[in-house]
Amino acid sequence: MLKYVTGSALAAMMLLTAGNAQAFCGFYVAQADAKLFNKASKVVVAYQNKGLNDHDTAITMASDYQGDPREFAVVVPVPTFIERKQIGVVEIATIDHLDAYTAPRLVEYRDGDPCYKPPDRGYPITAMSAPAMAKAGMAMPDRYRGVTVEARYDVAEYDVSILSAKESDGLSNWLTDNGYKLPDGAPAVLGSYIKQGMRFFIAKVNLDRMKDMGHGFLRPLQVRYHSLKFMIPIRLGTLNANGPQDLIAYILSPRGRVEATNYQTVALPTGSNVPLYVKQDFGAFYKAMFERAVARKDMKAVFLEYGWDMAWCDPCAADPLKNSELVELGARWIESDDAAVFKGRGPGSVYVTRLHARYDAQHFPEDLMLQETPNRENFQGRYVLNHPWQGQADCEAGDRYYDSLPDRFSREAETLADLTGWDKAAIGARMEETGQSFTSKRPSGLGTFFKRLIE
Amino acid sequence: MIRQRLSRLFGDARHIQLSILGLLLAVNLVEVDFGADPASAAVAVGAGIATQILCSRLVGLPRAELRSAVIAALSLSLLLRGDALWVHALAAVIAIGAKFLVRVRGKHIFNPSALGIAVLIFATDHAWVSPGQWGTNLWFALLLSLLGFCVLHASRRTDIVLFYLFCHCGLLLARALWLGDPLAITLNQLQNGSLLLFAFFMISDPRTIPDARRGRFLFAALVALVAHWLAFHWHFRPALYAALVGLSPLIPLLDRLFPADRFEWTTPAGRRDLQPC
Repeated sequence: MLKYVTGSALAAMMLLTAGNAQAFCGFYVAQADAKLFNKASKVVVAYQNKGLNDHDTAITMASDYQGDPREFAVVVPVPTFIERKQIGVVEIATIDHLDAYTAPRLVEYRDGDPCYKPPDRGYPITAMSAPAMAKAGMAMPDRYRGVTVEARYDVAEYDVSILSAKESDGLSNWLTDNGYKLPDGAPAVLGSYIKQGMRFFIAKVNLDRMKDMGHGFLRPLQVRYHSLKFMIPIRLGTLNANGPQDLIAYILSPRGRVEATNYQTVALPTGSNVPLYVKQDFGAFYKAMFERAVARKDMKAVFLEYGWDMAWCDPCAADPLKNSELVELGARWIESDDAAVFKGRGPGSVYVTRLHARYDAQHFPEDLMLQETPNRENFQGRYVLNHPWQGQADCEAGDRYYDSLPDRFSREAETLADLTGWDKAAIGARMEETGQSFTSKRPSGLGTFFKRLIE
Repeated sequence: MIRQRLSRLFGDARHIQLSILGLLLAVNLVEVDFGADPASAAVAVGAGIATQILCSRLVGLPRAELRSAVIAALSLSLLLRGDALWVHALAAVIAIGAKFLVRVRGKHIFNPSALGIAVLIFATDHAWVSPGQWGTNLWFALLLSLLGFCVLHASRRTDIVLFYLFCHCGLLLARALWLGDPLAITLNQLQNGSLLLFAFFMISDPRTIPDARRGRFLFAALVALVAHWLAFHWHFRPALYAALVGLSPLIPLLDRLFPADRFEWTTPAGRRDLQPC
């Protein structure tokens, strides 16, 4: 028996779960006293505009559901009828790979010896990605008036139904009687989707098949359709949310950057030099910085975290994706589906846009509407660690270098305080502890004086 | 003396428009990510002025009226996005050139900047508009409204702004009521800087709207209807500009159906150098 309903990602998907803390961008509805809350949802959208009335979309929704598979179910509004061949499952590792590849990154540079050559810009030593922020028609009784089960499919470990409805009451009754407990306000939102001509994709777990397949977890579901609607429905997801939720959308397109049209799209602060200790907990830095950026925009913006042609990266936060992985995620326009690293160009290229929104019903009342642009400029959330010279630098240029370091560290502290809202004094103390001193280390004393005099 | 100068300066709505558009461009350049950029704006203004001068000479006008050209170029800079500088140059050339080339009974029928935007988006793969980039900050919407009202007050025939906003709001509200959606959605759709720019600076252009009040009302209602159809049925993002440009050829017909005096920027006393735009 399905016990709990949560909705989510894509077009208001509902996830039925008895588990705790799932990360779907949808809403979680708890029956009885179960405590459910959302962390971050990951949605991959592969979008190809082939002509005025010819748009293909594939949406893959990742859940980190850990609960009892018997209590999992999902409801996703979709704009068209969905045939069996339009549904699939994707390995979670593929989405994790794309997540790591597009995540904000930390880059390290090392100063050269100031005595032997002018300090150069250094070279990138490592790039490390931030950890993810959170890991056929049948007759219906009157009570289900207007509801039609248009198709039922077996899809890997899931049993999938495609429903159409004419009125929200019938659909709400059908869902409720089938074990979905809807949150307050859900019928109104369902009604809105019904009037917009949307159908409902419902999936639950088939335990026998899941056992046969030997999977210990639920794989992300993918739905592909042909529709002009280029959007990520988030409305149902806000109904029972316990505070704001995070949505990270990875949008693949052959054309260029994707942006929101009904909310402001803002660039994540990037390119700043930050204190070296940030490397020890880059995740905390990213989280604090994102929270501050959200607060500065009064939570009314979608943040661009990465936008890049997938044929190359610099620095790469993870290994580049293979052709097969991109095809698995829905980018079926590329030229090959083999296991080679993707290098597509021209019409077979893939531009990835990573958008991150923190949303709730008050600040994001409307579904997230998207548009593709021809803009192929690169953007990445990138933060720089600049290691000072660690060797000997006993010369006048070295003196100037050492004298300049406290100012540089001070600027790094100010930048970090500004980006994260952390206390500047605490940042300074932590920098002193980790070797970034605010007093100059230039060599001094009589020994140095005479040594230089002789030289 | 000062009062006379001020009166002369602000008696012409174009001077107020120029000030407001300049201010908005400055705000956009400083505050908005993925918004206007200085090089594109400079190219648009340069190309607009050059086209205006060239066309004025070709048609034998005693002098080129640059204010309108700069206004159109600034509107383009604020609304149009391109992945190369030539996009802005071409848009400005089309916008200004069409004023001289596409005329019916001495009146140009296309709003210059809307035409530039629509042509570039439809004919090339290098242009787009970013309707969400102004943000939905209520304060900013209010500021734009107030600034816009200054223009309304100054250029007399911009009652079409109110007609248009009334129709647009009415359609959004009707849709929300039909779908059972909360008013918050309608408010989110209205708190949009691009919509206000369109209403106050584009559909309100007194030289490219019907002369009679009834004609203006009908035109505003038609633009709102077609824009909604494009936006919600076809999910077409530059719906406002496409609707305005697509319906502009109806203006001569509306002027014939509802005749009225032609609008002129300057008062009768100052009509000595009347320009075509």
